[in-house]
Amino acid sequence: MNASLTAQANSPNQTSMRAWSVALRYGLIGGAVALFLALVGMVEAFATRYVIANVIDLGTLLLFLSYLGAGYVAIKRSGARTPFEILSQGAFAGFIASVFIALLAVVIYAIPGIRTIFINASPALLAILTFKMGVPAGLVPILLSGVIFGAIGGLIEILPPSLRRSLIYAAMVVLVFGLMQDLLRVTLQKWKFLDPATSFTFSNNGLTIVGAVTLFILTFLASQLWQRRGNEARARYRQLPTRQQQLLGWGLIAFSVALLLVLPLLVGLFFSEVLVNVGLFILLGLGLNIVVGFAGLLDLGYVAFYAIGAYTVALLTSTSLEIVYAGGNPFWLALPFAVFFAVLAGVILGIPVLKIRGDYLAIVTLGFGEIIRLIVLSDFLKPILGGSRGIELIPKPFIGSFEFAGPEELYYLILAGCGLAAFVAIRVKDSRLGRAWGALREDEDVAEAMGINLVSTKLMAFAMGAAFGGLSGAIFASKLAIIYPSSFNLLLSINVLAVVIIGGMGSIPGVVLGALVLVGLPELLREFSDYRLMLYGAALVIMMLVRPEGLWPEKSRQRELHESQQEEILSGPLAADEEVAREGAAG
Amino acid sequence: MPILELKDVHSYYGHIHALKGISLTVEQGEIVTLIGANGAGKTSTLRTISGLLHPREGQVFLEGEQINGLPAHIIVSKGIGQSPEGRQIFSRLSVMENLEMGAYSRKDKEGIKSDLDHVFRLFPRLKERRSQTGGTLSGGEQQMLAMGRALMTRPRVLLLDEPSMGLAPVLVETIFEIIRDLNKEGVTILLVEQNAAKALSIANRGYVMETGRIVLSDEASKLQESELVRKAYLGED
Ligand SMILES: Nc1ncnc2c1ncn2[C@@H]1O[C@H](COP(=O)(O)OP(=O)(O)OP(=O)(O)O)[C@@H](O)[C@H]1O
Ligand SMILES: [Mg+2]
Repeated sequence: MNASLTAQANSPNQTSMRAWSVALRYGLIGGAVALFLALVGMVEAFATRYVIANVIDLGTLLLFLSYLGAGYVAIKRSGARTPFEILSQGAFAGFIASVFIALLAVVIYAIPGIRTIFINASPALLAILTFKMGVPAGLVPILLSGVIFGAIGGLIEILPPSLRRSLIYAAMVVLVFGLMQDLLRVTLQKWKFLDPATSFTFSNNGLTIVGAVTLFILTFLASQLWQRRGNEARARYRQLPTRQQQLLGWGLIAFSVALLLVLPLLVGLFFSEVLVNVGLFILLGLGLNIVVGFAGLLDLGYVAFYAIGAYTVALLTSTSLEIVYAGGNPFWLALPFAVFFAVLAGVILGIPVLKIRGDYLAIVTLGFGEIIRLIVLSDFLKPILGGSRGIELIPKPFIGSFEFAGPEELYYLILAGCGLAAFVAIRVKDSRLGRAWGALREDEDVAEAMGINLVSTKLMAFAMGAAFGGLSGAIFASKLAIIYPSSFNLLLSINVLAVVIIGGMGSIPGVVLGALVLVGLPELLREFSDYRLMLYGAALVIMMLVRPEGLWPEKSRQRELHESQQEEILSGPLAADEEVAREGAAG
Repeated sequence: MPILELKDVHSYYGHIHALKGISLTVEQGEIVTLIGANGAGKTSTLRTISGLLHPREGQVFLEGEQINGLPAHIIVSKGIGQSPEGRQIFSRLSVMENLEMGAYSRKDKEGIKSDLDHVFRLFPRLKERRSQTGGTLSGGEQQMLAMGRALMTRPRVLLLDEPSMGLAPVLVETIFEIIRDLNKEGVTILLVEQNAAKALSIANRGYVMETGRIVLSDEASKLQESELVRKAYLGED
């Protein structure tokens, strides 16, 4: 796109002026990002975690990535093509970005009082920014790193797509291993025979240098190999007789299921806890995805169904002496009631909002969610629901004498729930009802004229979404053993909505991916927890700009957002990557 | 007994009195056209028939059975199909999916398949473009899709709201030929048109509407001769 613009500019001089001003612009943006990261305290907080032991920490890496991003986007947008232009303009963008950080270092050094305004502009931050060299000596490496990473960013943009992808994968694998090293190490230590490999890869804080290099090379090679040979393998697979293809397919499914079944044993307690939390969000996301993704009804009060499921189970099972009404029942007896009451609430919410559309629907459902929370919190119902103290002593589910005691056991309960929900969602999506939802989402009036019963179609969406929410809430209650009204606030609805949007509205694998990214990652990186909401916001904004269809988009959603390009519809994250790569190559 | 009959129908949008006592009949196998100036209430009449708008007074009968007050999806399943004004197709669904949505209220797989073939025979262009998204079709193709989708409901009465709107003269010709063919196959048609000359040339009878009322009704050929119609709608003086 930009290449053609550039070509139209009449004189070469003008062209290069434009390219440099583009580089300047993205340098300024990259610098602002770096400055922001430093001043909100992320750089300092993350600096305690080494990605590679004693070589690079996460805080510094964030700054480097800002420079790199500046160089990358600058070259992508400027349309520079000769190696000299790319290197010089990329480096220039990175340099401009690093000037912000250099200036910040000078300011912190020269005006100690700055801390009264920017509380994070501390001496510790100064040490990190200047590589412990202080001002002025440390300014040189700051600017140098800007130049180097900006140039690298520029280079990345012009690499052949296959090479670029392999490099990015390799870097990401190193990053992920580096970030999760604590957990990975603890987990790997369960297997003594892996000890040499473990100590080869990990040091006490971060990856070892050789470990990081090895990981990088291995991932790079694997990715290259797959790109070269992947098509061949796929072609060979297609040539197989259908019978064998099916067999392979089943084998793959059986393997995945087996893997899912033994996962808690493999990963241990902490990971299982994370998986359980991710699972709860997958369940919630699958439910909300039906309402928002399939039927196009924007529901901001989804947390209400979660709360109703949780409180139903709490009331029916709690052994607390304060629960004199119905407590003491087993989980399995309470579960159907939890789902039933959630569905009932879904229908009760659905009826008054049948005629309400779009923005107004969002507001009404938002209110519904708050109403449920306030009811639970009310003094009036305090004798029954416990008010702000909540309900405690909720027992764990049992099957026979097997207790779903901790995360490693509860995992199976959630897995079953998610499996069921995913199965139902997949089946219903391709059913008559699913098509009716699709029409409803597109255009309510025409859907009605086509003979779709709007009332029952909408109510079914609310009811089914609510059922999954209730199921999730029920498991949540017995997992925590104690529930408070404050667990069921608006933020939870927003989080679930973010999972659905980031994953890709209407896409079932998208929900899983969205929950893994938005719930799993922050759980694994405790340093992130302070910045969790900020990162959510940033992720949403970036997604809307770069990839509005979500991480793993649903087919028709992708079409809608790329209507201008009538290309063959691609599916799956890799296919979409290819599209981006092609755009990059063309632009 | 007429297949479709409206008796003194009054419809409102809130306080706006859009239809002020419409009575009309359509006999089995006819093409009847409804002409009139912008805002006369033609679209409102069709919406009232198909149940998207409920009349406050008066009745609508399909083969003697009162259908006003029934929800739209029931009326569709009783055999009234419509191609709404302004090519309201599902712009993000493919041509194929749009057509499938037309057959939503039906369950006879065989019949749906043969009707699909039928639609593709009528509109070969749609067959070529069946995996393209509705929104990227040209205006004329969208109009074909809207008509094709209405046919997929296998209607006994087809309500067409300005099928020639915004089309090139050649396409207008084609669309009207198709309407005539459909009618020959036994579909009764109530046609709303701005292009009064064309509409009257293929219709058996016509009604002229002005501000919510029917001011004239006659055989199509007689209407073509009438002073009022010639002046107001055929652009003659
Ligand atoms: N949804 C609505 N809300 C309020 N008023 C409406 C609505 N739809 C139509 N009207 C009004 O009802 C009257 C009849 O409109 P209608 O659409 O039936 O006219 P029409 O004969 O189909 O006109 P055209 O030839 O321009 O399509 C007009 O005065 C219009 O403004
Ligand atoms: Mg109209």
